[in-house]
Amino acid sequence: MNILLDGRPEEALRIHAYMLRGGYQGLKRARQTPPQQVIEEIKSSGLRGRGGAGFPTGLKLSFIPQQEDTPRYIICNLDEGEPGTYKDRTLCEHVPHKLVEGLAICAYAIQATQAFIYCRAEYPYLVDVLKQAINQAKQENLLENLDIELRMGAGAYVCGEESALIESIEGHRGNPRFKPPYPAGQGLWQQPTVVLNVETLCNVPFILREGADAFSSVGTPDYPGTKLITLNGDVEHRGCFEVTTGTPIKEIIETVGGGVRQGRALKAIQVGGSSGGFLKASQIDTPLDFAALQKAGGSLGSGAILVLDETRDMVDLCFNIADFYRKESCGKCLPCREGCYRGWQIIRKIQQHQANQQDVENLFLLLDVMKETALCGLGQSFYLPIQSCITLFEEEFQAKLRTEVGGGERIS
Amino acid sequence: MPFDHFLTRRILKSTYVCEVKILAGEAGTDYKPLIEPYRQMRGGIIEALHALMRAYHFIPPKALKDLAKAFRMTEAEVYGVASFYSYFTTKEQGAYVIRVCRSAPCHLENAQGVMELLEKELGIHAGQTTEDGKFTLEWTECVGQCAHAPVYTINREPVTEPKNVFSEQIPLLLEQLRQN
Ligand SMILES: Cc1cc2nc3c(=O)[nH]c(=O)nc-3n(C[C@H](O)[C@H](O)[C@H](O)COP(=O)(O)O)c2cc1C
Ligand code: FES
Repeated sequence: MNILLDGRPEEALRIHAYMLRGGYQGLKRARQTPPQQVIEEIKSSGLRGRGGAGFPTGLKLSFIPQQEDTPRYIICNLDEGEPGTYKDRTLCEHVPHKLVEGLAICAYAIQATQAFIYCRAEYPYLVDVLKQAINQAKQENLLENLDIELRMGAGAYVCGEESALIESIEGHRGNPRFKPPYPAGQGLWQQPTVVLNVETLCNVPFILREGADAFSSVGTPDYPGTKLITLNGDVEHRGCFEVTTGTPIKEIIETVGGGVRQGRALKAIQVGGSSGGFLKASQIDTPLDFAALQKAGGSLGSGAILVLDETRDMVDLCFNIADFYRKESCGKCLPCREGCYRGWQIIRKIQQHQANQQDVENLFLLLDVMKETALCGLGQSFYLPIQSCITLFEEEFQAKLRTEVGGGERIS
Repeated sequence: MPFDHFLTRRILKSTYVCEVKILAGEAGTDYKPLIEPYRQMRGGIIEALHALMRAYHFIPPKALKDLAKAFRMTEAEVYGVASFYSYFTTKEQGAYVIRVCRSAPCHLENAQGVMELLEKELGIHAGQTTEDGKFTLEWTECVGQCAHAPVYTINREPVTEPKNVFSEQIPLLLEQLRQN
């Protein structure tokens, strides 16, 4: 089932081809109903955010105060910094009009006249595509009084976090804000703001055109619709694919991905990019679903799936992930700034055969503290990949530890 | 069919070879005309910094002063913004900035090897610029082209081949860029 990636890529910027496929009918339908009802429609579709946190989209839109006299903003999150993820880029390259339409529908729902698309610096080639799509929609008089402005990021993973993204559009360092207040109350320039992922927005035209029921009947009841996944690592066919939620990951790897490369045995997968948890080969019957993956000890996250074959060194990969966090921590809060560094240090020590059991225990304690106390999702999510990697592949880590007593001090 | 072969036509020869003519930022240069279009834009400083980066490949010290005036900020605040983002730098860079992705999917596909080859070919280390001012080499995080791992970018354009045969590709590519 294709809700998102329909149509041919070479038709990406042919607005009439898009309209022939039913494009902009969702917007038309939305404008024929009161904004409140558009929100209700999205609510009852069960659509949940595709940016990682899975927050119900209709509910998020309903948090924006109804009275019309205050300015309010809608922001499309095209920061896509999660390593291994390129679904939002794929959407912009293939169905840019879907994004414009989704944005226009949601803007109408919250009565916003100003929208922003925050595009990461790594995607300069999307600027033209998006600008053309916006202009075409304008020329067809589809946007009415809505202005869509493109703003560029400049290379910072943390700017994908919604309050950091808002700071960045305001022209500041991309440091996340303390919450509350939440963006729905005080977001961009202290006005009510809603931030939505590209994929989330691209689902909205279908919901308005075909109805909430048509959407909620696809996939699992808890996380309906399809999910774009990006298959990376040791599979025959890497790339971005649209999959109905609830499909077992095993099936995705075998049918869509063509199986593990060179006929090797599967060792592990990591779903959700570098901030996602690891799953062992024995767990790949888990369906591609938000709750099911969480229950299995992983996460759905952005939908990136990293496939690892039997030859992969988990300690080395764990170190690479810690290194990513260490470099991307913005430094605003202490648990993350210091924690990512110390965690990285311990993992490096393990990799160099210098650590002992006490170091590992200290690392786990540190991870717990970070999960509980870090200011934003960056520091909090350091826990999942590191903890699951060390727990699931304990033998590999144990084999690198020093056994003699002494050395690492207790820090508790 | 994976939906991902869109970019491959934008490789080597076509685009970036002729694109780069960076200006020399000198002491007396007036950066205001470059900054002006963004002065009235709320939060426009980021766009102004991008404009400076496009023209000079770095943010010259005097430009920081001009930015501070234009956006009514202190110089320290401007520097704070400019230094936060990895695509802005106050250090002079080469005409071609080559970035090698080191995030997990690329790391698993020997990103280290790509970097080592580039270091050898250019005679510099990651984070440095060649003496002739042509090339800057650095590490970067995921650029969203992981299906083609290992990935490197030249002035932000990803170099992606269906089969990324970097060991043959890199020397040829550098030779071509040197002649520009
Ligand atoms: C460190 C960090 C990075 C994030 N990066 C992204 C991102 O690149 N793209 C994105 O859509 N959401 C990202 N998010 C999630 C956003 O904060 C936010 O939840 C999302 O944009 C909301 O959209 P959704 O409800 O449509 O998912 C990130 C969160 C954190 C904590
Ligand atoms: S990990 Fe290198 S491009 Fe994504």
